Amino acid sequence: MTTTTTSAPVIRAESVHKSFGRTEVLKGIDLTVSPGEVMCLVGPSGSGKSTFLRCINHLETIDRGRLYVRDELVGYEERDGKLHELSEKAVARRRQGIGMVFQRFNLFPHMTALENVTEAPVQVRREPKEKARARGVELLDRVGLADKKGSYPAQLSGGQQQRVAIARALAMEPELMLFDEPTSALDPELVGEVLEVMRALAEDGMTMVVVTHEMGFAREVGDSLVFMDDGVVVETGRPADVLGAPRHERTRAFLSKVL
Amino acid sequence: MSQTLAQADRGSAAETLTAVPLRRPGLRVAAVVVLFLLVFLLEGWITNPRMQWGTVGEFLFSPVIMEGLRTTLLLTVLAMALGIVGGVVLAILRMSKNPILSQLSWCYIWVFRGTPLLVQLLFWYFLSAVVPTVGLGIPWGPTFVQAETNTLITQLTAAVLGLGLHEAAYMAEIVRAGITSVDDGQNEAAQALGMSRGQTLRRIVLPQALRIIIPPTGNQAISMLKTTSLVFAIAVPELLTSIQGIYSRNFQQVPLLVVACFWYLVATSVLNVGQFYLERRFGRGAGRGLPPTPLQRLRAAARNHREETAR
Ligand SMILES: Nc1ncnc2c1ncn2[C@@H]1O[C@H](COP(=O)(O)OP(=O)(O)O)[C@@H](O)[C@H]1O
Ligand SMILES: [Mg+2]
Repeated sequence: MTTTTTSAPVIRAESVHKSFGRTEVLKGIDLTVSPGEVMCLVGPSGSGKSTFLRCINHLETIDRGRLYVRDELVGYEERDGKLHELSEKAVARRRQGIGMVFQRFNLFPHMTALENVTEAPVQVRREPKEKARARGVELLDRVGLADKKGSYPAQLSGGQQQRVAIARALAMEPELMLFDEPTSALDPELVGEVLEVMRALAEDGMTMVVVTHEMGFAREVGDSLVFMDDGVVVETGRPADVLGAPRHERTRAFLSKVL
Repeated sequence: MSQTLAQADRGSAAETLTAVPLRRPGLRVAAVVVLFLLVFLLEGWITNPRMQWGTVGEFLFSPVIMEGLRTTLLLTVLAMALGIVGGVVLAILRMSKNPILSQLSWCYIWVFRGTPLLVQLLFWYFLSAVVPTVGLGIPWGPTFVQAETNTLITQLTAAVLGLGLHEAAYMAEIVRAGITSVDDGQNEAAQALGMSRGQTLRRIVLPQALRIIIPPTGNQAISMLKTTSLVFAIAVPELLTSIQGIYSRNFQQVPLLVVACFWYLVATSVLNVGQFYLERRFGRGAGRGLPPTPLQRLRAAARNHREETAR
């Protein structure tokens, strides 16, 4: 990570609340993510990890609190002491700087690997097709799939699909990448190749928030680890510290199950 | 030692054994009986002197009937086009978050599916009786252009409106089923990339929905081709109307109806072929491969045959 960029946080969450109907899923989340930081988000199923991740790029609205990405409120604008939801266009523009990788890949099945990667640059950023293709091939090469550019997702293994999905997100040149359990839908022998790509990305200085159950990855690649339970952040710290010597009972109980 | 030899023996015998499928003699007998009956009926039909095959041949390519066929095809294309566009719009309205829009779409479908097509056709045809002029302007304000309904709604436009608006109600349900079949993750992935709702619908959701939408739409088109014959009620000179016009003069009903069936069959067959290729085109990425076209299958069969004879 170069130190020339400002050290202002990429993500700043202040008391983020979110309810689905009557159930409060996020009960006041506070955290910051610095440039180049790899933050791993762990916690039991249903603790609100995905919901928080989706709030970051406004796939979900928030009810209370503030969520900034690069000093801009996600999906909102503050005017006269109130939060006003932004127009669809403004939200879309802000989302371009945030890449997202899903548990179930969500590749576009009617497009080849390369078309998946070039779709957003061509449609959203109006890049010339030739330029987008050249960069698309480069990105597929970066995730080790240059020879698969003409394949449709159904012709690829889960691990290959997830790597295409990572290349697709990178095509928009995001400054922040969100991963929601990127290896949970994969056969065990395919997990490694995806984690390898993510590790390389982290080494290149990408700011990343990774929801994961891969504690080995968290320990080796993560800069910080956040343990969430029941809609609150229970414990934050360096991965080795939290994993090695959890301070809270709930963290201990969870880790004893997954480690 | 002898035991292993016997085993080896059995092994090689197993290699040369051929599997004989279960024989079903009853099925064969039934097939022969049905075929015999069919030939008997066809023979009687074809050799029946009252069938007037000469008349069939005489009118098969007659200009009036060709003109009727052209009108039938034109009606089918226009009505389906209106139906598909209308169906997409209705489906999108129906799924809108705005309750008024979705209710409006629901009401449209309710009315147009709930009343007979023939009634709707007559309704459009006689519209001029109720609304003699139509104009473009500000409601309750000035009118800028005005036209006689009679000149605007000709028989043909009444037919296209009647068939197309009725079709739109059915297509709306088909399109909606297609759109809802697309996984929600697709929407999210597109939005996460910064695509707008319109782009997402056009580039991501609709192309995938088409795979679900096309087969029933093909059925609708084939059904529409035949349904156009209903417009004889408002005297549009399509295929059946022309046929009726002829047999009302020469009283050769059956031969002329055979001519009609012939052309309807030809047209639906063409549509069937078109549907096959459309489904193939939009099935891209759905499975690990595409089904072969008949031409490809023919080539493969020829190749197999060559290889076998070469051996
Ligand atoms: N769209 C939704 N509507 C209603 N409830 C939801 C929705 N999404 C998530 N939830 C609920 O919110 C809680 C947190 O879910 P989630 O953020 O997916 O947890 P995690 O990713 O940590 O497993 C769960 O109880 C889940 O059932
Ligand atoms: Mg989750």
